[in-house]
Amino acid sequence: MELLHAIFVAPFVDMFTLPAFLLQVLWEGFVSGVLYALIALGFVLIFKASGVFNFAQGIMVVFAALVLVGLHAMGLPAWLALLATIGVMGLFAISVERFVLRKLVNQPDAILLMATIGLTLIVKGAGQLFFGADTKSMITEELGLPTGSSVWEVFDDIVIFQHIDIAAAVIAILMVAALGVFFSRTRIGRALRAVADDHQAALSVGISLNQIWAIVWFASGIVALVTGIMWGARSDVSFALEIIALKALAVLILGGFTSIPGAIVGGLLVGIGEKLAEVYWGPLVGGGIEAWFAYVLALVFLLFRPQGLFGERIIERV
Amino acid sequence: MDAAGGGNAPSAAGAGSGQTTLLDIENVSLSFGGVKAITDISFDIRAGEVRAIIGPNGAGKTSMLNVINGFYHPQEGAITWKGQRRSRMRPHEAAASGIARTFQNVALFKGMSTLDNVMSGRSLKMHRGLFWQMVHVGPARREEIAHRRRVEEIIDFLEIAHIRKKPVGKLSYGLQKRVELGRAMAMEPELLLLDEPMAGMNLEEKEDMSRFILDLAREFGTTIALIEHDMGVVMDLADRVVVLDYGKKIADGTPTEVQSNQDVIDAYLGVAR
Amino acid sequence: MFYREAGQFKTSYAADQALLPILQDRIGLLLILVVAFVVVPLVGSNFFLGAILIPFLVFSLAAIGLNVLTGYAGQLSLGTGAFMGVGAYACYKLTTYFPDVNIVVHVFVSGVFAAGVGVLFGLPSLRIKGLYLAITTLAAQFFLEWCFVRISWLHNHNDSGAIEVPRRYLGELALTGPTATPTTRYLVILSIVALMTLVAANVLRGRIGRSWMMIRDMDIAAELMGVRPLRAKLSAFAFSSYYCGVAGALLVFFWLGSAEADAFDIDQSFLILFMVIIGGMGSLAGCFMGAAFLWILPIVIRAIPAAFGLDLVPATTEHLSQIVIGVLIVFFLIVEPHGFARLWQLAKEKLRTWPFPYAS
Repeated sequence: MELLHAIFVAPFVDMFTLPAFLLQVLWEGFVSGVLYALIALGFVLIFKASGVFNFAQGIMVVFAALVLVGLHAMGLPAWLALLATIGVMGLFAISVERFVLRKLVNQPDAILLMATIGLTLIVKGAGQLFFGADTKSMITEELGLPTGSSVWEVFDDIVIFQHIDIAAAVIAILMVAALGVFFSRTRIGRALRAVADDHQAALSVGISLNQIWAIVWFASGIVALVTGIMWGARSDVSFALEIIALKALAVLILGGFTSIPGAIVGGLLVGIGEKLAEVYWGPLVGGGIEAWFAYVLALVFLLFRPQGLFGERIIERV
Repeated sequence: MDAAGGGNAPSAAGAGSGQTTLLDIENVSLSFGGVKAITDISFDIRAGEVRAIIGPNGAGKTSMLNVINGFYHPQEGAITWKGQRRSRMRPHEAAASGIARTFQNVALFKGMSTLDNVMSGRSLKMHRGLFWQMVHVGPARREEIAHRRRVEEIIDFLEIAHIRKKPVGKLSYGLQKRVELGRAMAMEPELLLLDEPMAGMNLEEKEDMSRFILDLAREFGTTIALIEHDMGVVMDLADRVVVLDYGKKIADGTPTEVQSNQDVIDAYLGVAR
Repeated sequence: MFYREAGQFKTSYAADQALLPILQDRIGLLLILVVAFVVVPLVGSNFFLGAILIPFLVFSLAAIGLNVLTGYAGQLSLGTGAFMGVGAYACYKLTTYFPDVNIVVHVFVSGVFAAGVGVLFGLPSLRIKGLYLAITTLAAQFFLEWCFVRISWLHNHNDSGAIEVPRRYLGELALTGPTATPTTRYLVILSIVALMTLVAANVLRGRIGRSWMMIRDMDIAAELMGVRPLRAKLSAFAFSSYYCGVAGALLVFFWLGSAEADAFDIDQSFLILFMVIIGGMGSLAGCFMGAAFLWILPIVIRAIPAAFGLDLVPATTEHLSQIVIGVLIVFFLIVEPHGFARLWQLAKEKLRTWPFPYAS
């Protein structure tokens, strides 16, 4: 009886007796949700356009951040380092397309997935080799991003908003909007959708797969860079980020693998969900729920809706 | 294989040898979301006969087969199999009760050899549990060998002994279809559903395949329902024919009757030959 | 000309279905077994046994487990590390409660617990396929890792959270613990792995193994052949997790001597997955090749600069080896997705016609 009370009643009581704290938790969850969504967005871009599940997305985030910080540490001014990093991500995209994707064109999805796992190792090893494995701090101020925080007084209590978090949310929304427009309105966006649907058909109407893939990996690289900057600004640049990126998989399950709005909704669900779970139910079991909550949530979800919230219904035809 | 009108004598002789109804389809309708694939179709299949299902593309023929072996469940209508009414049978239940089939797009196990594929058809008949499988020497091995013997008979019959160890992914399309037939035969089914078994074959391969199908029906007494586009094949092999168009049945009878049916000519055959 | 099958006719189905139909293969395996059981213990150094062969065998066993699930049954799993952990902790608790029962018995029983957990997390596999299923195995991985740390009963409530292996004996002979010699531990592991490999080979060539491959290749057709998908998938999960569980128990009790939860983390899962990919999915021999390669490679990479007189920090060789492994994975996937096992098969094909260049 007491256990039931502790699980089903007490947490909610806690939530509503301290509403400001609840708002704080919700805000924190929202922000990490936005960042998960950004990582998921990178996955969705590549998956939508090439059917490849890019396991290396997480490490790309870390890598992009490392390159930026590293270049700045070598003496380049912030904006130049930023441009140079964008260039590096472009180079990365082209090399991946040239040396990996092109050679694996007709292979089944599992093979491509494992190739991206291999890619992850290469980037991880190279990143650690060139930049060192120690934690670095993001060059937030140099990039012109706001620091500091504001306090909002509400419910006889306060809620604290970090400016960088607000900036992250705004930038993420802008990115999503831009990508949405790009996909639906532009010629290249249309070509990307064609390629996602059917490689052979796209080829036969003259769309260059190689170009498209390079573009998409580049776009993903930019998303990774933005994500890296935001994450790094909030909690430093380290290789631990890679594990966090695995959570984006859970986000993708909730939101569907091919939907941009789905990535957002999924990200927010996971971010807010796991924060709430950790803060209000965590103490019951000794904490640490955040490590697995997202995955279990995705698992439960999958049992009822295998294609995610926004994904297309999989109809198997014989 | 000439397609001259009038049908060739050999097949007519065995028309519906058993008069018992093996499968009875009554007023079956099937839709996917808003699309109606099959609308109110009724026909029957008698034991021992070769029943052809023909019609233009998209007429619902494959869907009909999928309904018969439990892959799709009809929204309306009833299916009576071996005297028992059942509409929501699952595919492995259908398999266990004696229905086997082949597929339009050759659903072989591409990672396995011909021999293994045909052996996989014996899955239902093999029972030795995990323990004996782990040990292998003893009951499991004896079972494996007994079934191997049976499978080799089928391989001989279908003349695919020379490719028995080859991975099926490497075989030509015509041979793959033959292996698929072998796999279905290995199940020793009472009703065999063939979905366009001759598709993509040249004349020689078609003649071989027709010979196998006829032998199956006449010698082994297997009831066969086949979807086929080649009218010559239908005329030679089938005892009775059912014609579908846009999900509805438009004719049902012997090949000769169907061939001269005006509705069928309009929908499918063109000018009567 | 040494490898020709000429003259080796099979006159019975039993002979044709044998695990090693070609005489040369049988001789080869016999040689390997003799070397492994007799020669190596006599001439191998403690380092070679303890730091190279023992880990190699443990990982090979885990790779067999994962290969059964992913390579033969087609269910991608990223939870191998956690399943190994279940076996390890189960063994620890078993020997805590029943200290007088022989440790080897406990090792075999601990696999059952891992199998049970494997079945539990394999339940979603009827509705969920492919990549989605992989993500649910991630759920298993992280949740179980969390359990290993939080549920202090598992590590007998000691503060460090680690499990220490107690000394266990077979009669007078020390099997585990600080007094057990590498040779003893090696022979125990070798025997267990050899036995379990034989069992796996038998199961894979029979009805159950075939049903797994059918599910992998086309589960719809398999169902129409009378194979029950859930039963086949769950049996694959159970069998695979059993092997991983035993491997985990061996890892702690006969190799490391102690372990914390991070011995069973996601990196371990990935390591075994790489072994399976490089070795060859769907091949038992490939498991051994992959395990050998991925275990020996870092050692070789560490040794090369030293041989050239370069002095590299261990971390650097670690990173280099990561890069090399990554490149190799991509390389293999491009050139030969079936891994070393296929390369070996191709080599044998070439051997068949050697010294003549063309196949007959």
